[in-house]
Amino acid sequence: MTASATLIILMAVLYAVGITVMLERSLTRVLIGFMLVGNATNLLILLVSGPSGSAPIVTGTATDESMADPVPQVLMLTAIVINFGITAFVLALIYRSWWLAQLGDQGDSVPDQHTEDTSAQTEATFDAVDLDDAAIQQVLADSDEHPDDDEKEPEKRS
Amino acid sequence: MTAILPLLVLIPLIAAAVVLVLGAYRRAQVVVSGVALAVVSVLATILLVHVDRSGTVVVDVGAWDAPFGIVLVGDRLAIIMVLISALMLLGVLIFAAGQGIADGDRDTPVSIFHPTYLVLAAGLFDAFVAGDLFNMYVGFEMLLSASYVLLTLAGTGARIRAGVTYIIISLTSSIIFLASIAFIYAATGTVTIALVAERVRDLPADVQLILCISLLVAFCVKAAVFPMSFWLPDSYPTAPAPVTAVFAGLLTKVGVYAIIRTDTVMFTDVNIDVPLMVIALLTLLVGILGALAQADIKRLLSFTLVSHIGYMIFGIAIGSQAALAATIYYIVHHITVQTTLFLATGLVERVGGTTSINRLGGILKAAPFVSVLFFIGAMNLGGIPPFSGFLGKIGLFEAGVNLGTPLSYVLIAVGALTSLLTLYALVRVWNMAFWRSENEVEGYSSPLLDSLAEDPEDRGVTVKTKRVPALMLTATTGMVALTVCLTVFAGPLFDLAARTASDFENHSTYVDAVFPGGVE
Repeated sequence: MTASATLIILMAVLYAVGITVMLERSLTRVLIGFMLVGNATNLLILLVSGPSGSAPIVTGTATDESMADPVPQVLMLTAIVINFGITAFVLALIYRSWWLAQLGDQGDSVPDQHTEDTSAQTEATFDAVDLDDAAIQQVLADSDEHPDDDEKEPEKRS
Repeated sequence: MTAILPLLVLIPLIAAAVVLVLGAYRRAQVVVSGVALAVVSVLATILLVHVDRSGTVVVDVGAWDAPFGIVLVGDRLAIIMVLISALMLLGVLIFAAGQGIADGDRDTPVSIFHPTYLVLAAGLFDAFVAGDLFNMYVGFEMLLSASYVLLTLAGTGARIRAGVTYIIISLTSSIIFLASIAFIYAATGTVTIALVAERVRDLPADVQLILCISLLVAFCVKAAVFPMSFWLPDSYPTAPAPVTAVFAGLLTKVGVYAIIRTDTVMFTDVNIDVPLMVIALLTLLVGILGALAQADIKRLLSFTLVSHIGYMIFGIAIGSQAALAATIYYIVHHITVQTTLFLATGLVERVGGTTSINRLGGILKAAPFVSVLFFIGAMNLGGIPPFSGFLGKIGLFEAGVNLGTPLSYVLIAVGALTSLLTLYALVRVWNMAFWRSENEVEGYSSPLLDSLAEDPEDRGVTVKTKRVPALMLTATTGMVALTVCLTVFAGPLFDLAARTASDFENHSTYVDAVFPGGVE
């Protein structure tokens, strides 16, 4: 089996960097590490397909001898889609975790401001993200902590 | 009959889409999900009878022949797992519906719960019937993604913290699984399990060993085998009771199932029985010692869950037909009993307001029926004769004696010890939570309660919701009845397990089913 040395080195670097970053405390870095390791694995799958070749498109019945192996490419595409979905979920989780870390125990019991809303009101104020951000900014403004102090303070259990 | 096999995966997936649309109608959601799972249970029963009589069912999805297309393989083991999982999911769904109706759905946003739950079911069934490694990976990812959502349901602080650990660990094991698939493809040029099983034999022994170990590491994380088990007791107990029940019963067993497939179909030439036995021994011991130190019933049960995975690994390590038969019986027993016990604990939590045995008391008087349900489950898990836990262990120990190595005798001793310690932990729960009267709880001191660790997330709040809805009770009673059935019909079930194990006597049984014309 032949493989491109560049790709192998790239894969090794991605694995090394990814694992290092995954071991950090911050959740966002863990996610970045996961993405790097995931892409390194995708490269690994590409590498196992053997030498590069022409596009694996069969015209008529004849197969091209120099055709690239299509199966790993299919596996890779599936893996990319799965990683994408999970990355999106983890991002949502990080946002929620950040929100709880900022608010502490209050985070669980911030009242739902929209219980009494009619559907028209809901439509008018649908942008929930802005509301969340505004609520957090409000809490931050009320507290004597400053968000910029994050550097000095260890993050809460993220 | 071949049409049924893909339906096992398709029905829950289609139902998931339907209940997502029905988001606003909660009762309709419950009905659709329930019907979908009931239909899957019925189909799996029919298929099991068929497979048992006339052999493995194989479907080439999209009519592409293996190894070019995706194959679904329904042999006895796969269908047994699908059937028992479908029954468990159905029981827990009814339990969750009862809880949802009673609590007015305050804690669980049900519109999300049902679609996710059905996707979890589809992923689970897909992983069981997958005939190629990559399809198995996709099945794993489906059920894991669904489990991430279920574990962090409602997004409270405790659940997010538990969820983060669980998700990162699962992601890491998925990456290892995917990389192993890449290695296997590089070595054999295929991901179809049957073809891998054939081609792997021509590889050098050390390459086989590396491939086998890398797959096993990925599966051992999922199955919570020591030393990859520490994530489990921290993450499972924080979820809502029905979710914990499903996770505890089913998710780890998918890992065990995959280990069986790896060890008995794909890598039959790799001899790792001794390391597996050592791992089984450590899993048994470390798990149960953890359980002894817990005051919280849910955490205690999570630790016994880890511990009892050791029995299954022991059975796989022995590898004889009798051992595999006992393992398969034990897996079915453990799925039902562990799920049931978590549901019963959910009921205890409603009656007593907490799951810490430091603060529980007088449950026997307050809710005798719930107590009986818990008691049957506890005795069953502790391996008291004549319950199925005892029968499964006897089968395993017999197989161990037949193997006759010193290590297998050590394992039998440790297995018996673990069984007794499980019993000790559960009887202590019984003494404190059920037998002790409620007014003794204040200022109670006992050497039994010294040095018990509370759940770190426990805030010491006792919220009693006296009412135990009939639907929850019915669901739990049904599940307990099922565990008793495992005992009553142990004879025929053990025969079925023995026939299932005979499929693995020779790996060519599996290969011939997928390639009836022989491998070219």
